[in-house]
Amino acid sequence: MERKVTVTVNGTRHEIGNVEPRLLLSDFLRDTLGLTGTHVGCEHGVCGACTVLMNGDSVRSCLTLAVQADGAEITTVEGLGSPEQLNELQRQFREHHGLQCGFCTPGMLMTGEDLLRKYPLASDDEIREGLSGNLCRCTGYQNIVAAIRAAAALRQEKTP
Amino acid sequence: MKPARFDYVAPTTLGAAVEALAATNGDGKVLAGGQSLLPLLNFRMVRPSVIIDLNGIKELSFIEARSDRVVIGALTRHREIEQSSVIASKLPLMSAAMRHVAHLAIRNRGTIGGSLSHADPAAELPMLAVLYDATIVAEGTSGRRRIAAEEFFVDALTNSLAQDEIVVDVEFPIPQQDGWAFEEVARRFGDFALASLAVLVKRGASTLEQARVAAMGVGDTPLRLRTVEHEVAEMRIDDSLPNRFSELVMASVSPNSDLHASGEYRRQLLGALARRAIITALGAR
Repeated sequence: MERKVTVTVNGTRHEIGNVEPRLLLSDFLRDTLGLTGTHVGCEHGVCGACTVLMNGDSVRSCLTLAVQADGAEITTVEGLGSPEQLNELQRQFREHHGLQCGFCTPGMLMTGEDLLRKYPLASDDEIREGLSGNLCRCTGYQNIVAAIRAAAALRQEKTP
Repeated sequence: MKPARFDYVAPTTLGAAVEALAATNGDGKVLAGGQSLLPLLNFRMVRPSVIIDLNGIKELSFIEARSDRVVIGALTRHREIEQSSVIASKLPLMSAAMRHVAHLAIRNRGTIGGSLSHADPAAELPMLAVLYDATIVAEGTSGRRRIAAEEFFVDALTNSLAQDEIVVDVEFPIPQQDGWAFEEVARRFGDFALASLAVLVKRGASTLEQARVAAMGVGDTPLRLRTVEHEVAEMRIDDSLPNRFSELVMASVSPNSDLHASGEYRRQLLGALARRAIITALGAR
């Protein structure tokens, strides 16, 4: 029972026929659309590597069916910036060395984007609480927290 | 492909969803936020023949204050409850507890109907339903049924819904007690609790007039500690009360040991949380 999925990803509209209902959004993005920036780690909602924005909210793409994204707007890490023109949060990750191997980074960035929009992030505790659903196995989190702290401070300056 | 093959229907009315579920003869699964069902599908621990996706049924998503109660539609997301000004003013304990419900990306999708139906004994919303004496309203082919929260949770991951029933909304009576506290310890913030305790208290001039106490992570279902409530009613408020309360709470549970913690550790932890909670709840608020 295959279905057609119409979805806008990073501003580009895609119409894909023959989508099996059991196809996960993470695999749809990576295998069907070729957007491999979204990483797949645990595939049961624990590691956060596959986090994307769906209609503006961060979601685990491994816990979402592709058919459920029909009609939705998705933003993946490819939609944030480009290697030539990083977005603000990406710039802070580079500035503060917020990544080493980079595996968790797409999920950290997409979670960070949603956190910056929804919470004051006034303390490190709040930042750590916000990042608690994303696992990193190499930086020890310190630099990721520093990058988000810096992005939150910049946001503060811009919205008086 | 992680999950086994299934058919998918996305009805736009509750009636159509109930009919679709009934037609599967117990072989269908209802999909709300998917934050518990998708992991089970990905591990192939469940292999339904049909998934009935409720996300197109807009009437199931609302938060409403109705005189003496707050009613929450089954498809209401955790994040909406966390942000709701109605919940913050009428059920402040619930409002405070919502930040402990998983992580932001999960709260953006997860729903109250889904969390209650999944019936995890270490999840916040089932415990809150038991604490508040909530009524869970379900609809099946033979009509609507009202189920008391304590009757709803039968065992770990087991609810008392019939095969063809879907949770429609949840009613939370606004409690008389105005003091409250919510305490939880998890290994990682947002993870399922090792132990958690919630109390609502009504304070007199020199006595704790009445209290409601619920705990989770220490049994196969969320627990309402009614013997403790009975013992502490009209208890004089003095320096010994927090310890007496803590001891009563510890005596009322017998948690099992598992991979994450021994039963005795969980009991001690709950006792510490109880002491902390009763002090907070009795404080000026």
